[in-house]
Parts: sequence; structure tokens; C-alpha cells
Amino acid sequence: MSRLSIIPKLKRRKILDAIASGKRMDGRGLEEYREISVRRGVVEKAEGSAEARIGDTWVVAGVKIEIGEPFEDTPDEGILVCSADFAPVASPTFEPGPPDEASIELARVVDRGIRSSDAIGLKDLCLIPGRKVYVVYIDLCILNHAGNLLDAASLAAVAALMGAKKPIYEVKDGEVYPTGEVEPLRLRRLPIAVSMAKIGDVIVLDPTFDEEEVMDTRITVTVDEDGNVCAVQKSGSQGLSVEEIWKAIEIAVNKAPMLREKLEAAL
Amino acid sequence: MSAYFENRAIVVPGDILYEGRIRAGNNTYKMGGKVYATHVGLVEYGRGVVSVIALEAGYMPMVGDIVIGYIVDIDVGQWIVDINAPMNAILKVPDAMEVPFTPELVMTDFLDIGDTIVAKVVDLDRRRTPILSILGGELGRVDEGLVVEMTPSKVPRLIGKKGSMVSMILKETGCKLVIGENGRILIQCADREDEELIINIIRKIEREAHTTGLTNRVHDFIMRMRGVKNE
Amino acid sequence: MSKEKWRRVDGRAWNELRPIRIESGVLPNADGSAYIEMGRNKIIVAVYGPREMHPKHLAKPDMAVLRCRYHMSPFSTHPRRSPGPSRRDTEIGMVMRYALEPAIFLERFPRASIDVYAEVLQADGGTRCASITAAAVALVDAGIPMRDLVAACAAGKIEGHIILDLNDHEDKYGEADVPVAYMPRLNKVTLLQMDGVLNPDELRRCIELAIEGCQHIYELQREALKRKYEEVVEEVREGE
Repeated sequence: MSRLSIIPKLKRRKILDAIASGKRMDGRGLEEYREISVRRGVVEKAEGSAEARIGDTWVVAGVKIEIGEPFEDTPDEGILVCSADFAPVASPTFEPGPPDEASIELARVVDRGIRSSDAIGLKDLCLIPGRKVYVVYIDLCILNHAGNLLDAASLAAVAALMGAKKPIYEVKDGEVYPTGEVEPLRLRRLPIAVSMAKIGDVIVLDPTFDEEEVMDTRITVTVDEDGNVCAVQKSGSQGLSVEEIWKAIEIAVNKAPMLREKLEAAL
Repeated sequence: MSAYFENRAIVVPGDILYEGRIRAGNNTYKMGGKVYATHVGLVEYGRGVVSVIALEAGYMPMVGDIVIGYIVDIDVGQWIVDINAPMNAILKVPDAMEVPFTPELVMTDFLDIGDTIVAKVVDLDRRRTPILSILGGELGRVDEGLVVEMTPSKVPRLIGKKGSMVSMILKETGCKLVIGENGRILIQCADREDEELIINIIRKIEREAHTTGLTNRVHDFIMRMRGVKNE
Repeated sequence: MSKEKWRRVDGRAWNELRPIRIESGVLPNADGSAYIEMGRNKIIVAVYGPREMHPKHLAKPDMAVLRCRYHMSPFSTHPRRSPGPSRRDTEIGMVMRYALEPAIFLERFPRASIDVYAEVLQADGGTRCASITAAAVALVDAGIPMRDLVAACAAGKIEGHIILDLNDHEDKYGEADVPVAYMPRLNKVTLLQMDGVLNPDELRRCIELAIEGCQHIYELQREALKRKYEEVVEEVREGE
């Protein structure tokens, strides 16, 4: 749920003028990220966790790995559940309440990038086909909203999975028993989400909160290590030309390696 | 009769500042013969009064304040204005246009949602809602410039003793500044670099507001930034 | 065994607090904020206000309404908890309000709301006390006028020993849990709850012990609030 945020016309004009001149309000170029930092193991009691900061945007991801029943149509696959909480601590525009469409969209786009790239290998998470599988929960908690929640959430989620340890279960006589030991989850791919905003005729990378308020539309492209696209989300009510879409994909493919480096360097 | 702290020490709410006969000044309260702080800030022992220069405090509108506001809503015969206070303020048509309100008046022709204004607080009504006016020379809608926000209680540091800080900044940068008591500063500069310089100055003042020698350090800062620019 | 020699599951003495770390002003968007680590508890608190109350019909004509929301992240506990609010969350929000209200000059902000949001990232026993402690710091960071700070801490009993600052294990398996919130300068208790069984003498000792704990925590709150200014003074001095 959100409280209305009204961008004063003066600020709107300044943002547009800055972008038109090629240098944004915070001094960045059009295709430049704010400062990024990723840290793992911030919630040590959880099976995995990480925080990601992009500028002042701050997201924490927690991974819990538990046992459950598989879905009927995928009896030999583990389950991935991704959800996001736009906590009211993060912005005067967030109000307490059930997830609204923006937080559901964010969770689903982060999920899609991880699922499509088969980053977790759901088939490896089966214990007893049709009866017991691992359930991997990724819960995203937004702590400060300064724009581009999606890229920060995606970095935090993948970083949390990278360091995650799953409890080892023994299968005996058709039942599963916890052994008390753990082993790494073993991530196969590192999908990277790259978000851009279209403002006027310009595509800008990593929009700030204010830039998102004035943008026409947003596009997120998620890329894996081979430069393949594994998820795309266009979000917003204006249209994009085909050229703009190509440009967005090109920017995403170019920028993803830098973000991946941040992930790998995370302590 | 005793002062519990050194002058200009940092105190927090609940700290006992003085015990005995003294007037309870700004950001303090008196109870049972003792004066306590209500905000985190610097305690000032003056003549017959003890007060706290708050380092963190919200804006409380007072009659006479110049403020920078954003129009957030339109009601019959009045605009609702966000002035960074616990309550939104009201600007009535006669205080904006020197004409009485008539139903034919298209209010959005004059001021619309999203507009920025420089206004004066002329009254606080029965329910403590601030009443604004934009009649008068420097007041009215703003069409150019950038608004920067700072902690309202630190605005006096931006102004300086007898305006010493702000005059120095204006002289060195050639920009125009309208300083709102509500912590909003309107910056109007000829070029982007001066604008960025002023924003950095405001951030520095905000950060170091509780220290001494600030005016000189800000002056040195401007010289250094200018030097970098000229290289 | 004498209480001096007896040690708890985590090696603490009967009257020892867990390690505590408090930081103020950690969230750029909030009007005020604080982060606290108390043992393995990790909690972030944001304050928004005083601001116009929505919905308007719930506003009070003569004072601000203080609203406290306590929420635990799904990954904060083991096993994972559901993201939605539980009845316990609602009750804790309410007792947080009771604990903080007496310290705030609410009457200076008629018709406004002051919203306190506590987000528990990791829980290990005593989260309501840690939330109250951080909330008090966040309220000061927001520049809201206060009569005093509020510090909170729990005492209790396990294996027949009276103890200070229960962790999760002691909370679950102990004989009693007594959370207390306290205004240190005004010497007033603003939160008192009890869970378990204690004779009146034991209860009295728990309350006294908890108040001692609160007084120590209060010093850490003061330090946290002053630290960011003292650091700047140091930097300025070094620069000269």
C-alpha cells in the first residue's frame, strides 16, 4: 500500500534538464550505476542471507530451507518460494498491510530470473519423489527505498543463495530424518537483473526514487553468465519502441558482468 | 544551584541540565525544581536561562516564518501546502491573489498541485494549522531553481551570526538563496557547478553544525572547490 | 552451586547482559531511525512523524497518536515464520506504545501521528525489549521532544536462578520472563509484563535486576546518540 508521493514540478524539470544534458542530478552518466555493495551472512541464524546496497537503496534477503511436499505436477522437483516485504521502515510511501502489486511484481521478477536460469537446480532438491522435497524460501525485506529496488533485491537474493547451506536429511524406509549436518546449496548460475527507466527519449540505468517518479516506463532485463537473457519485465504504462528495447538489452548484457563481480567479491 | 554539564556539551532528552532557580529555555522543560533537555543537542547556559541548541528537531511553524512549500491539494477557495511541518498549511485565495474567492475562479490557473511557493506564515488557526500568505515582494510561485532540504534546527547555522555565513556564500558563488525556516533552501544559480557547490556546502554545514570555526572552514572549502575547478 | 559460579548456556553470569550495539540514524528516508544488536537479536526501527494522521477520523484533537508496529521477517526465526502479522505482533506493538508514550510530548502535536516501525531481522529472545530500546533512540533521532529516554530489558528465572536478559533458550525453557521498560532519569517503569510463575520476592528481585539492566542500556543509548556528533568533532579537529 502506498501513500501518494507528489514530485514538485520544479524538481521534475530539473531531473529532465539534467538527463537531457547527459549528466543526472546526482552527477552520474546515463548508463552508470550508483555505488554498489553486497555483504553475505548478515542474518547468521538463517540458512542463507545477504544485504545489497545500491546508492541509498538497501535490501536484505533471507533464505530458509525446509522440507515439504512437492507440487503434484512436479513430483521430483524442489520448490522455490520468493516473496517481498515493502516494509514501512523503508519509505514514507510504504504503509503497513498485505503485499501490493508492486511488491508482488518485484518478488515474481526476482523469482523468474532464478527459476528460468535454473540457478538452484530444483531437480537436485528431491528427497522422496512425490512425497518429500526441499523448499527454498527467499524472503526480501526492503529497508530503504531510494529507487531501483529490483536490482538490489535480485543481488541480495542471489548473494544469499550463494552462501546458503541446506540441512542434510537421510532417507530411510520411506521417511526423511535430519542428520544435523549441513552442506552448501550449490548455485549453478548467477542471474543478474539490470533495470532501466525511459525518461523522455532517454534510457537511464539504475533510476533513483525521483527518476522513477518522473519516468515513462521501466524495463528490467535479467542476464546469466553466458550473456543469455533469462527474464524480462517491462513495467509501467507508457510504450517502448523496438530500438529502445534493443538498447536496454544491450545495456543489460554490458553491465551484468560488473554486477556479477560485486556478487563474487561479497564477503 | 548547579549546572550539571559544561557549556556546549552534547546532551540527550532526560539529561538534568540545572537544578535550582533558572528559566527553562528552548528545548528544555522544568519539573520538580530541575530543568531537563527534550532534544539531543548542545546545552547553553545563558544569563538566567538554560536552553538546548537542538541537533535533531522537527519544524514547528511560527508566525512570521518564511517557508518553502509544495502545493499538494486543492480545496474550495484554498490550496493545501506541504511545509514539512506536522500539519499541512493552508493558503486561501485572498492571501494569494488579492481578490476574494468566487466560484468562477479556476484555481489551477494560478497555482496547481506540484507547484513550489515561497510563503510567509501569517497565522496559526484554532487547530494550530499554519495559514500562509504569498502577497508581498519576494513571495509567490517559484519557477526556477532547486530546493534542497536540511534539518530545520540547523538552518540558523546556514544563516550564521548576523547573516555572516550566508553572506559569505552568496558573495563567493553569485547564487541566489531563499532560506526557509522549515529546512527547505531554494537555490538559484547561473550554472550547474555553482548549484552543486552550494549543495555540498549545505551538506557540510548540516554535518558540522555543532562544531566551532565553521564559517572559516566553509570559506576554505569553497576556495578549495574553486581551485579544483580552475585547474 | 553458588550464583557467582553458575554459568548459563551461553556462558554468561546470572546478571550479565548480552553484548549490545546501538547505532542511530541508519535509514536515510525515515525521520529518525536506529539499529540494535542485543546478543543475536538484530532489529531496525524507523520513526515517521509527527505527520498528518491518516485516516483523519482516528486523529485526536488535543494530542498526537503514537502508533507502533512490530514485525518479524520470515527469516528471523527458526523455523521460518509466515510474512503476515500474528496476534503476538499486535500485542507487542501495543506494549511498545505503552512503554514509549509517557516519554513523548504528544500534546505538542494535535491531530498528528507518530509512527514507529520495528522490523526484526533476526530474533533470539527479548525482541520486544530490544525494539523499545531502539525505538527510543529513533524517536530522539527524529527530533521528537521527549521527557526522557526509555530503556528496556527482561529478567527472569531458569533452573532456580534469577537471571538478567533472557536469550531464546531461556525464554522457552525457563520458569519466568519479566520484560521491563524504564525511564532512567524520571525513575518510572513504563512496561511491565510477566510470564511464568514467581513468588512475590522473586518478582521484586527480577524487577530490580531488570531496572539495573535498563540503566546500563541507557548509557549505551546516550553513547549511540552522541557518537555521530563526537565523530565529526574528531574529524574536524584532525583536519586542523
